[in-house]
Amino acid sequence: MSELTSEGGHGAVPLEGVPAAPGTVKHDWPLYEVFVRGKRGLNHVHVGSLHAADDQMALHHARDLYTRRNEGVSIWVVRAADITASSPDEKDPFFAPSGDKVYRHPTFYDIPEDVPHI
Amino acid sequence: MTATVSLEEHFEHTIERDQRIEPRDWVPEGYRKTMIRQIAQHAHSEIIGMQPEGNWITRAPSLRRKAILLAKVQDEAGHGLYLYSAAATLGADRADLTDKLITGRQKYSSIFNYPTLTFADVGVIGWLVDGAAICNQVPLCRSSYGPYARAMIRICKEESFHQRQGYELLMTMMKGTEQQREMVQEAVNRWWWPSLMMFGPPDADSPNTAQSMAWKIKRHTNDELRQRFVDMSVPQASALGVTFPDPELKWNAERGHYDFGAVDWDEFKNVLKGNGPCNASRIAHRRRAHEDGAWVREAAVAHAAKKEHK
Repeated sequence: MSELTSEGGHGAVPLEGVPAAPGTVKHDWPLYEVFVRGKRGLNHVHVGSLHAADDQMALHHARDLYTRRNEGVSIWVVRAADITASSPDEKDPFFAPSGDKVYRHPTFYDIPEDVPHI
Repeated sequence: MTATVSLEEHFEHTIERDQRIEPRDWVPEGYRKTMIRQIAQHAHSEIIGMQPEGNWITRAPSLRRKAILLAKVQDEAGHGLYLYSAAATLGADRADLTDKLITGRQKYSSIFNYPTLTFADVGVIGWLVDGAAICNQVPLCRSSYGPYARAMIRICKEESFHQRQGYELLMTMMKGTEQQREMVQEAVNRWWWPSLMMFGPPDADSPNTAQSMAWKIKRHTNDELRQRFVDMSVPQASALGVTFPDPELKWNAERGHYDFGAVDWDEFKNVLKGNGPCNASRIAHRRRAHEDGAWVREAAVAHAAKKEHK
């Protein structure tokens, strides 16, 4: 029983001998990323992804999957293939331009404590 | 920063600082495979987990119970999809994972291979099975893999409804007839031991736990979680007015925990091997649903293609 752990939420399931490599079955519906505005005044936030045949179906699925308990007032869906992303692993070169600009943050400036409201 | 930090060091460093690993980060192959297996079989468990309770939707005793049960089973489908979505960020494909499930190459939790004989089983699944799942899942909200941890946060919020509706259902039955109370006790007797098995074999038999703890994809050992579940459940059982089928279950003041009897791991292994009461029918049902739905998936693609070309 050495290959069993309680990982995976609903209980112990064998880990050894279970294939994890991608197989040959191809998905027939494209992948969409879903963004939800939780309430007025907030930005849309990425909540996950889903598969759908077209944009309209993606919106309906997103409503059913990600807003079953009034979690949103507005949904964006976008095909995952259409997203251009920086990779977190490229953090250093890509985000470097802002890394050394500490003067962009309010805490960079020393203001005497007796100056009010600043 | 001048020195070139190796990918592996970067990964270890991220874990050490208790930061999350995100989709495009470099990870060791072992970490990726372990996460895909863990997330995939968790997803499969949620999907197969719709069946034992789904069995009672058409026969729920009132419109209120039917609406609740429908919402709960719909949540299980949702949990499965959150998790397939998390697995997709590691390069796994949902259609492929489904194929691995219905061909028996990837597994799901053995708890769902037990039948739901009466409506009391619906309540006991909510109380004990979902209660055990919550014990497992709350620490997983801090899993080192970001998309999995975030899915777990959503799932845990919803599981709370699952557990409470189950307990309330049982309280209602306990206020009913003698026959209803017996039904509840019998269902508790059926599900108590399989619920304890959900936490996996004793720590002494789980050498993989060390690696999973180091990678912070597991936060507590099997025995710690099982003990926590027992300690939580005993007062809930007495409030409900039922007993657990374990003569050795008693408070140990010295340990500050309940002692309990030995789990029958032979039964557990046997169910995992495929010899549980419902193994074959669960997979057959899932396969049928998938195959019967093929024409719908194809028609939707054809419709989308037609609209695009207009």
